[in-house]
Amino acid sequence: MSRQSARRAQNRLDHGGLVDRTRPISFSFDGKSYQGFAGDTLASALLASGVHHVARSFKYHRPRGFLGAGPEDPGALVRVGSDPATMVVNQRATEVELFDGLEAFPQNCWPSLRLDFGVVNDLMHRFLPAGFYYKTFMGPPGSWMFFEPFIRRAAGLGPAPSAPDPARYEHMNRHCEVLVIGSGPAGLAAAREAARSGARVILAEESAACGGRLLGEAEGDALIEGMAPRAWRGDVLAELAANPEVTLLTRTSASGYYSQNWVTLFENCTDHLPPSEAGHLPRHRLWRVRAAQVVLATGAIERPLVFHGNDRPGVMLASAARTYLHRYGVRAGSNAVIFANNDDAWRSAFDLHDAGAHIAAIIDTRPDPAAAHREAAEAHGIGVRTGATIVATQGRGHIRSIDVAAFDAGGVTGKPERIACDLLCVSGGWSPNVALFSQSGGSLRYDETLAAFVPDEARQEVVAIGACAGDFALAEAVSRGVETGRTAAREAGFVASATDPVAGETRDAALPYRVTPAWELPSNLPKTRIRAFVDYQNDVTAKDLHLAVREGYGAVEHAKRYTTTGMGTDQGKIVGVNAIGVLSGVLDKPIGEIGVTTYRPPWRPISFGAVAGQHVGGLFHPRRTTAMHDWHVENGAVFETVGDWLRARVYPQPGEDFEAALQRECRAARNAVGVLDASTLGKIDIRGKDARSFLNRIYTNAWMKLEPGRCRYGLMTNEDGMVFDDGVTACLADDHFHMTTTTGGAARVLGWLEEYHQTEWPDLEVYMTSVTEQWAVASICGPRAPELAADLFDDIDADPERFPFMSHASGHIDGVPARVFRISFTGEVSYEINVPASYGLWLWRTLMERGKPYGITPYGTEGMHLLRAEKGFIIVGQETDGTLTPVDLGMGWAVKQSADFIGKRSLTRSDTARDDRLQLVGLLTADPGFVIPEGSQIIASGREQSPRTPMIGHVTSSYFSPTLERSIALALIAGGHGRMGERIHVARRGADPVPATITGTDFLAGLKEAS
Amino acid sequence: MFRIRCPYCGERDQIEFGYGGEAHIARPADPDALSDAQWADYVFMRTNTKGLFAERWVHSAGCRRWFNALRDTATDRFVATYVIGEAPPLPVPQLVPGDQAPDPAEAIPEEAAGGGQR
Ligand SMILES: [Zn+2]
Repeated sequence: MSRQSARRAQNRLDHGGLVDRTRPISFSFDGKSYQGFAGDTLASALLASGVHHVARSFKYHRPRGFLGAGPEDPGALVRVGSDPATMVVNQRATEVELFDGLEAFPQNCWPSLRLDFGVVNDLMHRFLPAGFYYKTFMGPPGSWMFFEPFIRRAAGLGPAPSAPDPARYEHMNRHCEVLVIGSGPAGLAAAREAARSGARVILAEESAACGGRLLGEAEGDALIEGMAPRAWRGDVLAELAANPEVTLLTRTSASGYYSQNWVTLFENCTDHLPPSEAGHLPRHRLWRVRAAQVVLATGAIERPLVFHGNDRPGVMLASAARTYLHRYGVRAGSNAVIFANNDDAWRSAFDLHDAGAHIAAIIDTRPDPAAAHREAAEAHGIGVRTGATIVATQGRGHIRSIDVAAFDAGGVTGKPERIACDLLCVSGGWSPNVALFSQSGGSLRYDETLAAFVPDEARQEVVAIGACAGDFALAEAVSRGVETGRTAAREAGFVASATDPVAGETRDAALPYRVTPAWELPSNLPKTRIRAFVDYQNDVTAKDLHLAVREGYGAVEHAKRYTTTGMGTDQGKIVGVNAIGVLSGVLDKPIGEIGVTTYRPPWRPISFGAVAGQHVGGLFHPRRTTAMHDWHVENGAVFETVGDWLRARVYPQPGEDFEAALQRECRAARNAVGVLDASTLGKIDIRGKDARSFLNRIYTNAWMKLEPGRCRYGLMTNEDGMVFDDGVTACLADDHFHMTTTTGGAARVLGWLEEYHQTEWPDLEVYMTSVTEQWAVASICGPRAPELAADLFDDIDADPERFPFMSHASGHIDGVPARVFRISFTGEVSYEINVPASYGLWLWRTLMERGKPYGITPYGTEGMHLLRAEKGFIIVGQETDGTLTPVDLGMGWAVKQSADFIGKRSLTRSDTARDDRLQLVGLLTADPGFVIPEGSQIIASGREQSPRTPMIGHVTSSYFSPTLERSIALALIAGGHGRMGERIHVARRGADPVPATITGTDFLAGLKEAS
Repeated sequence: MFRIRCPYCGERDQIEFGYGGEAHIARPADPDALSDAQWADYVFMRTNTKGLFAERWVHSAGCRRWFNALRDTATDRFVATYVIGEAPPLPVPQLVPGDQAPDPAEAIPEEAAGGGQR
């Protein structure tokens, strides 16, 4: 890096912080080169070089700088990287860790960060009030059309990556006794104590280093257990690292807290490394942890004050200024003003002063800041204004000065005084970070003394400690941490040994925390000109919240949505309580009665990659293949997925397209012999003395008289009478049946049988076993199938006369046991040959070889669909959609009257008995060459073309039939069974409706009559 | 994600289970004797309890057996699981005829508790 860049790091201190000054790092932002150190974030390194303005806000495109120093920061969002596959947008500069060669860019601005045309929104802000989107959506017709292009352009902050993500992600599942979230003094103490008991402990720290506020504050004369705080931290971390039962995760945030202490942790594994060093690591991990006990030590988040002009770059949380100073060795300004309503923020004045900055003023809204602070300020020569507020700020890309004035309940009382500054440290007090506690189901309570919501009653095995629980004092945080760590381990069955060392003195360097809330501060400007920001990312001002209340959206959840407060990528981490405070003022109701908006996972943005984990590509879903699969692959099959299965759809020969192959396969099945791999059909072996009566209750048709050796087609309905599966079941013996189901429905049908057996009819003696994978099935059909079958079987008489339709036989093929069913899904003479699955490929190859003289041709699922459509057989899921009864499908013949079955009573409900229900019919187009697109809507007349033309049905299956040499279709049409011969029309997009005639569903029936 | 105690296998993660809706709704013995409204009530209508709720689960990726559970729908806390055919170990509001919430001190009416296998 050039010397010039190094010179620009004018705000870097010579010493202090966790940065390694011996390891300089070069990076670029907005096309300019900078230098930082190992341990820096993008924010700390830019601040070291005096850069504050890094982003623009969502709605008004106002300049944004660094308000915070960690995950809470709402405004400083950047894009990292420029590769269309690996770039990431909306990254918080306060969290992005530097690595050599890092390239970061501003976003949401055009043409540049400094000159951004989107800023016209800011000038137009009076016309973009709260509820703008709502009003536009709900407004007069056309307003959404008018605004949409404008809103679309403005929506979203950074652009999404445009190429596939090459990174790897992974899930980890873990159980532990104690999960500690947050590694400040309270979390470290809790983790150490729990670990000493021998319990499995996971400690998750969101940032790169453990320690929490210990890293962000001056040590002063503070002690933890008799040691300097950072030395104590080092000892604890060493002890945890040495314990094999402890998993210490940095760069890991708890993103979601679900039922029964199931917590997801989002770990960044490589984003902080240059690509060359990422090695074999996944980019992100999602840890899915089930913890017996959870300890929340998630700290607190400082909130800004709500005053006019509070959003300029250079306005920073008081605590963030201390973090930059003590953790990163960066002085965020050289002439600072501190503006607060509490004693804690005064520390920033003294620390910055000690680091060489000039403190232009400390402004406190209270009349009574701590006396010790006032004395110290006087000793430091710092001017103090009490009972005062900032009424305006100046400076376009960076704060230049502020106007301060005295105020009381009635408003501004004094004449404003202008004070120059380059840094404004603000503090409206601290809000315990209760997001996870709230996600866990715990209730919150408003604490008047702390002016904040704190955890109240827990609903799960979870305890909040330290600042998260409102215990801001160091001694309390540590002692509660120790006690909670021990208790949590004990609750999980682990007890610490008695030899643990006795803790030494713990004392704070800071004064006790005192705060007097000031939710919305006055200005001497006219009300319409005051722009006091509550939400810095979505640009919500206090005025917007006033408007929401005036327009009837005063309830906290309504106000949030109406104004979009807290709905940005920061989810209102720093603004939530301020919004509630402002609402409380407008509504004149106590804050406790206003309540909070619901906290939902994730606590922070996490990557979709981490959510998907390893379950992408080939691991997205299990794929099942049949025993014959290799042959299909070798012979060029085109596959489709059916349920979990890969099935051969068609077998195009060289030079043949899909449709030609389909037609050839179907002609072969009609004229010679075709063979289908039917192994995927669900197969359930059903036994027991009550198996027959069980089937009789499951199927809509009658099963009591089916003899051994015979097969029967059956329909299953839900209790609502709607068909959900079908198939042929064979009676092997009086107490033994072989059921087949649809390929996709196999698992569901088995579950269905088990459910009814276990929950309704446990008195029936019946046993169900899935045998889908035990049998491989080749179905041969066609006029020459009997010859091939005769050639094939060792000991089964294949003659269709003596081995009739809907019967079955067991025997052998070349000594291999086989079960053969004489059932047909095509209308042709068929033999469904089942052999043990390990013989499946052998059977297929044998069929192809022995079938050659008969013209055997394999056909796929597409041919099967076509052949059965010619015959008018339904496919569940193609013709049916869960709203059709057997009668609707024209299969009233399969509904028995003799006995009850599941769904029977529903078939006579007034709605299912209507005669204008959608009913399955055949369709023949007037133009025999026109194949209707499946899914086409059917209308009554060819002349109706207005958008309100009533639809009377739709097409479910449609093919060019090689047998009829014309197009055929199956359709569902209102009252179709009573409309045979009627002419209807099929609607088309952008073309005239096509006329067609309603027919029966068996297209082969007419053919046979004719021949 | 819940942890659920299968009465046959012990505690397992929810991913192994399937949900079966409200428990203790017996399939009518003679559906033909019911009016359309009565039958529709059996097929379609379920109570939507906030609080203690008896519901069915199936250990589909385990022993494949159905069982009943008492879960507080407001807190997602599982109070008990028990085998099909047993009465719930605690009184549950949905089993009390009418709209009156039960006094926990009172026993559940016998016909409601033992009425159905489901
Ligand atoms: Zn089980």
